[in-house]
Amino acid sequence: MIEFKNVTHFYNTEQNEKIASLSEINLKIHKGDFVAIIGANGSGKSTLVKHINGLLLPSKGEVLVENLNTRDMEEVWNIRKQVGMVFQNPDNQLIATTVEDDIAFGLENIGIKAKEMGERVDWALNIVGLNGLRNSEPHLLSGGQKQRVVIAGALAMNTSYLILDEPTSMLDPKGRKNILEIVKDLNKKESITIVYITQFMSEAAQFDKIFVLDKGRIVLEDSPKKVFDKAEQLLGLSLEVPQITRLARELVKSGLDIPGNILNEDEMVKYLCLYI
Amino acid sequence: MFVHLKDVSYTYNLNMPFETVALKGINLKVNRGEFIGIIGHTGCGKTTLLQLLNGLIEPTKGQIFIENVDIHKNKKKLKEIRKKIGLSFQYPENQFFEENIFKEIAFGPKNMGVAEEQLVQSVKKSLQMVDMDYQSFKDRSPFSLSGGEMRRVAIASILAIDPEVIILDEPTASLDPQSCSKLLSVIVDLYQKYHKTIIMVSHNMEIMAKLARRIIVMEKGEIIMDDTPRNIFQKSIDRLEDIGLSLPQVTYTMYKLKKIGKPVSSGILTVEEAKEEILKLVNENKK
Repeated sequence: MIEFKNVTHFYNTEQNEKIASLSEINLKIHKGDFVAIIGANGSGKSTLVKHINGLLLPSKGEVLVENLNTRDMEEVWNIRKQVGMVFQNPDNQLIATTVEDDIAFGLENIGIKAKEMGERVDWALNIVGLNGLRNSEPHLLSGGQKQRVVIAGALAMNTSYLILDEPTSMLDPKGRKNILEIVKDLNKKESITIVYITQFMSEAAQFDKIFVLDKGRIVLEDSPKKVFDKAEQLLGLSLEVPQITRLARELVKSGLDIPGNILNEDEMVKYLCLYI
Repeated sequence: MFVHLKDVSYTYNLNMPFETVALKGINLKVNRGEFIGIIGHTGCGKTTLLQLLNGLIEPTKGQIFIENVDIHKNKKKLKEIRKKIGLSFQYPENQFFEENIFKEIAFGPKNMGVAEEQLVQSVKKSLQMVDMDYQSFKDRSPFSLSGGEMRRVAIASILAIDPEVIILDEPTASLDPQSCSKLLSVIVDLYQKYHKTIIMVSHNMEIMAKLARRIIVMEKGEIIMDDTPRNIFQKSIDRLEDIGLSLPQVTYTMYKLKKIGKPVSSGILTVEEAKEEILKLVNENKK
């Protein structure tokens, strides 16, 4: 379990003012959870997830991963072995000259034996569907493929928590779809806990639970159905509902008897078939 | 016509072992006052096309005319031409380097020899065009801005050289929904109020369907479609699906209804259009 206990994080501005980028965060993410985090630019999403593996430490409060405290310098490496991070721009996370070497890099660092290393790399390559590109140079791949190499690198470390910070914002629609499918599979088939930051509301709608951040605080924590039922509140937080939910709400306003929190196309088609 | 690409090809590392064809046989005419959306996969040649459009790179084959001048035959004119076509890269805020917003925006015109006293006017006007107040922003550090404000300052710094065409590469990437719609309203203003020609690359089909008047779809270095958004999302849905480009959720919903035999008209682009069409059908069904 990942647990935030009353976490506040301050940073200093140029004028030496103390500004809280996170305020009194309390949250629990259980093993096997599939959660999304949404919020305006600057609401603290990235700051929050950087606390999970000790990249940032709380100014007040505690962050625990499997009961290990991120402040504990002796445990932070054990935490990082369990928590994999994938950021927005894969170019910043790729280092080796072949896909295979890139994925093996973390394993070499922790002294895994060659045979096991080979097995783990094969397994990770398979999951992200990059078997055919194992000897390619990472910088020649498409953005979506690069992001899959980064994910495979984290998987090879036997990560049980995978944190993804806007992993699809630089990708084309096909790449986006593909990453989301992989993430879903990792959760369902490999039981890996997923924490996924996104600016695409239609992506957030596909998770089991959504945390909504505003000015460093968690203001909503619920299922997508319930979160996207609060369209007015979301607007006030610089967010919105998916386009299909907007259509559902418009139709409800015009007197059609369908739910106002429809989240995807199939659901919409199903309800509309009752009337047309 | 303003820009004309005539049978343009571009090959990286020409005649080298790693030769890669990025664009082949592109014919494209852009008129003044158009709003063109370019869509296509990573690696389809979009960025190469944008770089060709403002003369950053030279085609390996074919010609580029701007106002009927072959820009690579008249090298002296190239600088002048770059002034007419402003290019905003992806994540333009990564290119900020000045200590305050005034200097950031004034950098372009200053480099082009605009006099000091005119600089103030030019910065003022540029900020106004992106709906930002000169007095409250001029002395602030560009790095202290929110994501959406940074994008607007980046656009203002291009407007400062007074281009006729503005090229935007994924301007809304990783902005939150509200900053995104604010930025889009600024872009619509540039088009409608200030009569700029806009060429925009985006993976967001909802935005493209709503804003662009003409959409160019690229695949593997070629232009495979060039039409109005309505025609593209009406006639070519299967093709778009094939090449893995997504559709706006409402367009896709109507398409699915049609596929299972419901009498909906296809090519629905916005929530408003979808609502009207659905209510019309519901009422017909009641009768």
